[in-house]
Amino acid sequence: MRRRFLPALPLLMVIAMLGPVAAGLYGTLLPAFGHLPAAGEYGPNLDAFRALFDWPGLRAAIRLSVTTGVLATFLSLLIVMLVTAGWSGTRAFRLLERLLSPLLSVPHAAAAFGLAFLITPSGWIARLFSPWLTGWDRPLDLLIVQDPWGLAMTLGMITKEVPFLLLMTLAALGQADATRSVIVSQALGYGRLTGWMKVVFPRVYAQIRLPVYVVLAYAMTVVDVAIILGPNTPSSLSVQIVKWMSSPDLSLRLQGAAGALIQLALVGGTLMAWRLGEVAVAYLGRRWIMAGHRGKADRIVGGIALSVGTLSALSIMFGIAVLTIWSFAGFWSFPNTLPDEFTMRNWMRHGPGTWDAFRETAIIAVTVTMVALVLTIGCLEAECRYGLALGNGGVWLLYLPLLVPQIAFLPGLQTLFLQVGADNGRGPVMVAHLIFVLPYVYLSLADPFRAWDARIGTIGAALGASPDGVLWRIRIPMLLRPILTAVAVGIAVSVGQYLATLLIGGGRVTTLTTEALALASGGDRRAIGVYGLMQTAAALLPFAIALLVPTLVWRNRKGLRHG
Amino acid sequence: MDKGLTLREACIFKDGKLLVGVDHHIPPGEVLTLMGPSGVGKSTMLSFVTGTLAASFRATGQILLDGQDITNLAPHKRRVGILFQDDLLFPHLSVGANLAFGLRPGGSTAERRAKVREALAEVNLADYSDRDPATLSGGQKARVALMRMLLSDPCALLLDEPFSRLDSELREQVREMVFARAKARALPILMVTHDAEDANAALGTVLRLTVNT
Repeated sequence: MRRRFLPALPLLMVIAMLGPVAAGLYGTLLPAFGHLPAAGEYGPNLDAFRALFDWPGLRAAIRLSVTTGVLATFLSLLIVMLVTAGWSGTRAFRLLERLLSPLLSVPHAAAAFGLAFLITPSGWIARLFSPWLTGWDRPLDLLIVQDPWGLAMTLGMITKEVPFLLLMTLAALGQADATRSVIVSQALGYGRLTGWMKVVFPRVYAQIRLPVYVVLAYAMTVVDVAIILGPNTPSSLSVQIVKWMSSPDLSLRLQGAAGALIQLALVGGTLMAWRLGEVAVAYLGRRWIMAGHRGKADRIVGGIALSVGTLSALSIMFGIAVLTIWSFAGFWSFPNTLPDEFTMRNWMRHGPGTWDAFRETAIIAVTVTMVALVLTIGCLEAECRYGLALGNGGVWLLYLPLLVPQIAFLPGLQTLFLQVGADNGRGPVMVAHLIFVLPYVYLSLADPFRAWDARIGTIGAALGASPDGVLWRIRIPMLLRPILTAVAVGIAVSVGQYLATLLIGGGRVTTLTTEALALASGGDRRAIGVYGLMQTAAALLPFAIALLVPTLVWRNRKGLRHG
Repeated sequence: MDKGLTLREACIFKDGKLLVGVDHHIPPGEVLTLMGPSGVGKSTMLSFVTGTLAASFRATGQILLDGQDITNLAPHKRRVGILFQDDLLFPHLSVGANLAFGLRPGGSTAERRAKVREALAEVNLADYSDRDPATLSGGQKARVALMRMLLSDPCALLLDEPFSRLDSELREQVREMVFARAKARALPILMVTHDAEDANAALGTVLRLTVNT
């Protein structure tokens, strides 16, 4: 039975990931061209596009999507490359590495709320310097968060994308023979940072190209961060599409679907432009290398990069700190640095609500992650037993659900679920979460799983253990740590899902993330503090467990302590 | 019926080219040594015998163990034991559990414990059952790996450069022990090595392999 089951898993995994994406795109395409029988609309026609182009905010929304997306991606990449170039191998860099997992696991929404609480005119930073330095005894009337250029939103994206790109870069460094290359270039008289940029960067970038594209596609279409930090008049295109899709007026869904297609084309076009940019950078880089400059400002540039990178990490940590303070705050007058009184009232009031949302979040996250884990281990095991490798195209298959903007296919998927009567439930939401959880679980586990010494399997077989016995009794126990890490990654991804929960759940599945986002417009900072903190805890806790459990279980096994 | 391990016209091909070919019968208690530089396909021949040939290779010919054709048998049903240059003890199991993993199923827990204890005593490691394998010395690990393999009651023994990681003093000691135990159990031994000393100590036929160009 299992013999027939295992070889089918790779196919099953591809279907679980790409099936909903393809179906969703199809479900977006039809209403965009005026075909939505549920609303009594029959196409094809171009009415939806006409209505969309008549919307006065369209040009600004499109501009906002492109500028914030490209700026956030470019700056995140720049920070990560310069910090790695100037500091990899040093103590400061190792400290950043250690902060990476917790920073990564903080959900986008919580990080965005935290940033907002820091930088608003009545935020923590203003309070710290008032009134003794600034002279303000009232908050300035200044629009910092939700500014019309989307700068706050760009900042929010950078703080979250820097840790992600740094993680991908660390994985790529191992294969790029970076350390020795830098030593060679230093022996030739190049500064550390210049040498790294000239010798290692081209190899590293080739490895992290797909993750960079994912960041670009994500930053252009992000919804939760945009609702919290982005402008309202107009909002970015993806936020506007969500508004249309959630409207009780079904005809607005046609317009939303048309907008989703425009958004898809926009991302495709920007990715192509980015690719052309790569060619230009490569050309300029070759000339720069030919010129043979050894680098003069390495120390200054490296210092600035490290400062900015540290600031980005600190903004997340202080953001969580200020969320915590608000969740316990009673009356808190400006410009006091700390609340006038601390109280449990906020937790008493919102405790039951957060508990329900926490339970729903946990049920969805744990179920989806377990399914993803079984599929992933099954796939990797099928790969080594039957040679059923996903191959080179396989990597693209994994990244595809992350590259196609969520806003382009989730509305269509919602419409399809609506038509088969499977809308508004926990099940469909889980299906949607699986699309995004699967690639991350797979990418997290694949390298350690493949790096396992196959001779140990040979020994096991020679000792009479069947392939299943080798898997269960040797391989999985030895890989306990990376497996638990992959589980933590999967849970964090699921906890952070906003759009998939909101659209597919039809507003009736309430997780910590949808609850927190629902509070965004109200501005009740105490409630946001409580929900934001719970959301962070839900994502952070599994990482702590993944760190702790192997240490406890293998406390008497030296060979596995750092595996 | 011929006791022993037979490689009947066993040939390994890579990209359609013949890499290595062996046609030999190893009687019980005797050693066949395959010698040659790295890349000649020695270890690949062993993976053909264990049934774990990588997909990039192709093999023809037959492997017979005590007269039975095992060429197409699953690796875990072949009863062919193997030792590598690394001890490859399972890091998550204690020393005793490593041995118990090798021990064929059957018998009560007490009986199995007794067998594990006996095996450890045989190599002067009587009190080591609960130890973490990572805390053992190189020589101790090699002895545990040997006993784990012997407890699985194999019908043949393969050695893949098994002594090359040990320092010279230890090397002679471990080598002697492995050959002595294997010969005491009348196991046919197939060894690959690039070390002439190993080949001499084996006191058996030596096949020198050269790179096919």
